Amino acid sequence: MYSDKVMDHFNNPRNVGVIADADGVGEVGNPVCGDIMKITIKVADDTVSDIKFQTLGCGAAIATSSVITEMARGMSIEDAVGITKARIAEELDGLPPAKMHCSILAADGLKAAVDDYLVKNGREPISGGPEHSDDDEHEVTCATPIIL
Amino acid sequence: MSDTRIYLDNAATTKTDPRVVAAMEPFFTETYGNPNSLHTEGRAAHSALENARERVRASLNAERPDEVLFTSGGTESDNAALIGLMTAGGRTSGHLIVSAFEHHAILEPAEWLAKHGFDVSLVKPDTDGVVSVAALEKLLRDDTVLVSIMHGNNELGTVQPIAELAAAAHGRGALFHSDAAQTLGKLDIDVQALGVDAMSFSGHKFYGPKGVGVLYLKKGLRFAPYLMGGGQEFRKRSGTQNVPGAQGFATALELMDADRVSETIRLTALRDRLEAAAVARLENVYVNGANVSRMPHITSLIVKGVEGEAMLLHLDAKGIAVSTGSACSSGSLTASHVLLAIDCPQEIAHGSLRLSMGRFTTEAEIDYFVDSLVPIVERLRSMSPVYDKMFGAQSA
Ligand SMILES: Cc1ncc(COP(=O)(O)O)c(C=O)c1O
Repeated sequence: MYSDKVMDHFNNPRNVGVIADADGVGEVGNPVCGDIMKITIKVADDTVSDIKFQTLGCGAAIATSSVITEMARGMSIEDAVGITKARIAEELDGLPPAKMHCSILAADGLKAAVDDYLVKNGREPISGGPEHSDDDEHEVTCATPIIL
Repeated sequence: MSDTRIYLDNAATTKTDPRVVAAMEPFFTETYGNPNSLHTEGRAAHSALENARERVRASLNAERPDEVLFTSGGTESDNAALIGLMTAGGRTSGHLIVSAFEHHAILEPAEWLAKHGFDVSLVKPDTDGVVSVAALEKLLRDDTVLVSIMHGNNELGTVQPIAELAAAAHGRGALFHSDAAQTLGKLDIDVQALGVDAMSFSGHKFYGPKGVGVLYLKKGLRFAPYLMGGGQEFRKRSGTQNVPGAQGFATALELMDADRVSETIRLTALRDRLEAAAVARLENVYVNGANVSRMPHITSLIVKGVEGEAMLLHLDAKGIAVSTGSACSSGSLTASHVLLAIDCPQEIAHGSLRLSMGRFTTEAEIDYFVDSLVPIVERLRSMSPVYDKMFGAQSA
């Protein structure tokens, strides 16, 4: 059900860790839902110069976290906050519909890190907050898990 | 993916035993008649079907062969029992009790009944994963028609005190059904000694074929047929019978009966070895239902601070097949209803792993599993932003 690209990022996650002297930190998710993600970034000339992640979560949560670090590195902060869940899924050759919430988490983590950087520097946040999922997707993601 | 696979998901399904396949074979190409036909081919198929029925009757110690109905599996047996017994005789209202950690093959028809005029109560298991007689007695009412409580829980492996629960139901005039899909062959089942009115079984859980089940239905009960048609299976379950399937079911059951005592000892030792090693070599790991009666082959581990699907995928890459009750295994946001029913907090229920051993599992495989699990858990915990914060200071 996962693409080869998802499995590659899951098995060999890129940029795992924490940047000790980070310029921005974004932490999203909650333990009850099972997914928590932390992104730390370095910013130079309003460009993401370094980025690392830590994630507690499923295969898709880890893969989307990993891939967003590759996508965002070298991007302007404006472009970085514009990375949508659809773009992340596309970059991974697709995600199962029920797993789309994991990619929201990665996008939201990056948005939070950029906003954190801006606010720390006395500037206005630019991300506009977490991306909303529409109701159909919510239906899918809240189905009861089935163990046979 | 490794070449050799280690299959620790025998509660999901089992490999059909080659001896069972061999026993089924003649009923596809040689004795292929319709058991309801009057000619020679039909009579041969009929006697094969009745031979299978008699062998299952003997194993279950049912009083009569016509109490053994062949079905398409555990799901159909469960659906037929609930809907057939609740709606018998044109009944359109009444009270049903099922446990909160039943398989969906019980929970879904119970919900359907609730939507169609019946009153449904859920009896909660305790935190060890056992439904107590006291908990059931609190919910029993004068209008309770049926109680359905599973024998062995598929996710935890815990065993319910069926004889006592059935006696309590009968004490208030209610019928008692039990989903024994997970226990047939593994525990000694005597339907008369247990005192059940109906019991569900599934062939593929004990090295028999998929798509074949049995519903034990005690003689003399009012029952509304769930499948209607040609009136087969004593007018209780229409449809041309699956003769090879019935033969396979009977043979698989006899194979289980033949070495149950030695297999129970062997599997219990494997299970205990796995649990002891996992708990000794990893911090913050515990076993659900560790102190209560469990089936010999199922272990439900909680690995704190790790998400179950991530463990499952890494184990799969190591050649090991397991299950998890984690939300993410199906993309939902809540952990399995079974773990929530025993009050396992959501944040640690996501770290559940179910390991289920079987006839073909070896000690070397168990050791390889634990050797593989330890670095996987350590790596995933090291990638977590919250492990040290949430669990770091504690030890187990
Ligand atoms: C407890 C329980 N009941 C019912 C079933 C359904 O059985 P089947 O797959 O034969 O429909 C299963 C297996 O998934 C089970 O574990």
